[in-house]
Amino acid sequence: MFPFRIPIKDWVSAAVDYLVSEFGPVFDGFSAFIYFLVNNLKDGMLLMHPIILIVLIAALTWKLAGWQMSIFALVGLLITENIGLWEPFVETLALVLTAEILVMVVGLPLGIYAARSDRFNSIIRPVLDFMQTMPAFVYLIPAVMFFGLGLVPGVVATFVFALPPLIRLTNLGIRQVPHELIEAADAFGATPMQKLLKVQVPVAKPTIMAGVNQSIMLGLSMVVIAAMIGAGGVGTNVLRGIQRLQVGEGFEAGLVVVILAIILDRLTASFGKTKQTG
Amino acid sequence: MKEKIVVKNLTKIFGNQPGKALEALKKGKSKADILNDHKQVVGVYDVSFDVHEKEIFVLMGLSGSGKSTLERLLNRLHEPTAGEIIIDGKDITKLNTNDLREFRRKHFCGMVFQNFAILPHRTVAENVEFGLELQGVDKDERREKAMKVIEQVGLTGNENSYPSQLSGGMQQRVGLARGLSVDAGIMLMDEAFSALDPLIRRQMQDELLELQDKMQKTIIFVTHDLDEAFRIGDRIAIMKDGRIEQIGTAEEIISKPASDYVRAFVEDMNRAAVLTAGAIMQPTVEIAFPGDGPRTILRKIRKNNLTGILMTDTRRNLKGYIRARELVDYLNKHKEEEKVPFDNSLLHMPSTVTPDKSMTEVMNIYNNTEFGPIAVVDEDNRLQGVIAKGNIISALSQQDDEMIGQDKNEDD
Repeated sequence: MFPFRIPIKDWVSAAVDYLVSEFGPVFDGFSAFIYFLVNNLKDGMLLMHPIILIVLIAALTWKLAGWQMSIFALVGLLITENIGLWEPFVETLALVLTAEILVMVVGLPLGIYAARSDRFNSIIRPVLDFMQTMPAFVYLIPAVMFFGLGLVPGVVATFVFALPPLIRLTNLGIRQVPHELIEAADAFGATPMQKLLKVQVPVAKPTIMAGVNQSIMLGLSMVVIAAMIGAGGVGTNVLRGIQRLQVGEGFEAGLVVVILAIILDRLTASFGKTKQTG
Repeated sequence: MKEKIVVKNLTKIFGNQPGKALEALKKGKSKADILNDHKQVVGVYDVSFDVHEKEIFVLMGLSGSGKSTLERLLNRLHEPTAGEIIIDGKDITKLNTNDLREFRRKHFCGMVFQNFAILPHRTVAENVEFGLELQGVDKDERREKAMKVIEQVGLTGNENSYPSQLSGGMQQRVGLARGLSVDAGIMLMDEAFSALDPLIRRQMQDELLELQDKMQKTIIFVTHDLDEAFRIGDRIAIMKDGRIEQIGTAEEIISKPASDYVRAFVEDMNRAAVLTAGAIMQPTVEIAFPGDGPRTILRKIRKNNLTGILMTDTRRNLKGYIRARELVDYLNKHKEEEKVPFDNSLLHMPSTVTPDKSMTEVMNIYNNTEFGPIAVVDEDNRLQGVIAKGNIISALSQQDDEMIGQDKNEDD
């Protein structure tokens, strides 16, 4: 139909090549930093005897999500240990938590800024749409080019995929703070920073925490995909199950992902509940 | 009386071309025309008024009348388009952002809102401390102040509750306490009691008046409820389409409505509860004195077409009431005598009332009165005026003041 073809693929490749060649050291530094974070987190958790960590997680769940969830966590984690998937489980947990920390560090300020600036909001919205709808596999390619194979591109791909809901919900939460509360703060002579920290963020907290929860869930959904570029963790076991048609092994690994997902979901959902009801 | 707030020619236009709208307004275009032609919303136009120190000044109007906008202009939650707002001698429209913030902290007790606008994640005490916290008052001091105010508004025992655990009335007490905890002179209240059910609302109005006795703030109170306005307002400004139709006390507004709009507005008002004896009484056209002979007194009665006359001494101390019919009978009995002395048996004590009594009370007294008008006297029994049946009826039927004036003391 057209006598020419728009060379989108050439542009993207050229841009990525340029970035890799010009900013290699920057990526290396970043890569080292992520590696450091994930590994320390993982090693720290593996340093403990599995039973200690299991009891700790169960206790935390008890406090935040009630005794029923605590029993679920205890049983689920013991099963994980029993079927020999403890180490990959901890690896996955470290990877997801690291990605989530990055998401929060980047997402919260961007979400807050989007709530304060309509202009920025209108710019970032299509970007977020793009990030969320672009098939997750596509992120793997540049991630690998920038950071090589392994854990770091896995974290980065997870980060990119999990970032949008936090920005969206932080933005939404702050915009939904009742107008009268803002007027009240102004009437009492609040500075913009006081207004943000004492009114907007606390009142928006349930919505923001829903964003954290959603981004963790999205991060977990990346576990298997990230394993394709060697991120490790239980995803690798699932992947191996697929490749070798070992249904049993695949199911076991999948089950561990589900257990982790449910525990993290209930824990982060409980953060969103405010004190007023309890 | 000292003026706390002086507002001069204040105008607020919402929209991106306030200049054009302002010009159109000056040419006499209406609010609706300007919305149509220029897509600008006139919030408040050319409003001037004073608020006295320590009074409750009520802004009253229907929705869209600009009353809430006007209130928000006073602390510049809305930026004025034109005009001056002088508070404690300072034109606040000229303050920059930082000075404005300081000014709000020093001069305003924040604001009290219809939907309370208290923070759901904070306890009652933490909410009450809010204003002080913003000012950087240290923790112990602000808690101490907060607890004092919490006691004043009757929330003691609830200081550690969260707002969701409180009823509407209690939540608004928190809103009130939050304002009172700040050491400032002006309190802005926006439909503060409108979200409460009628009984609680009334109770809160009473409590506000009680608190005001102690706290002595200058309160600007916005409401759409005329009863509320008349109940708590020292003076009331009735607004329509962004302008003030009339400013005055409840009595002034009821007895002398400045426009048809105000007249229509106050029509449904329970006038008996608002009008006082002082507002409906008439000056006495003629008075008898103890030195007057019966014939002189009768002449005074006849001359003014009265059915009776009040007697006071020269210092207007009320002595009694003389009925024309009895006086005529008495004179007929003593027809032959050259000089008839006044007989004290002719003197009856009329019902009396002090000027501050409401019309409801006046009507009660009237129903139990056997004769004569009701004499309005001050605490020292000095005559101030009289109320006749005609005065009561015309006041209730809301006739003009001059109509009341035409009524003579016809009774008996």
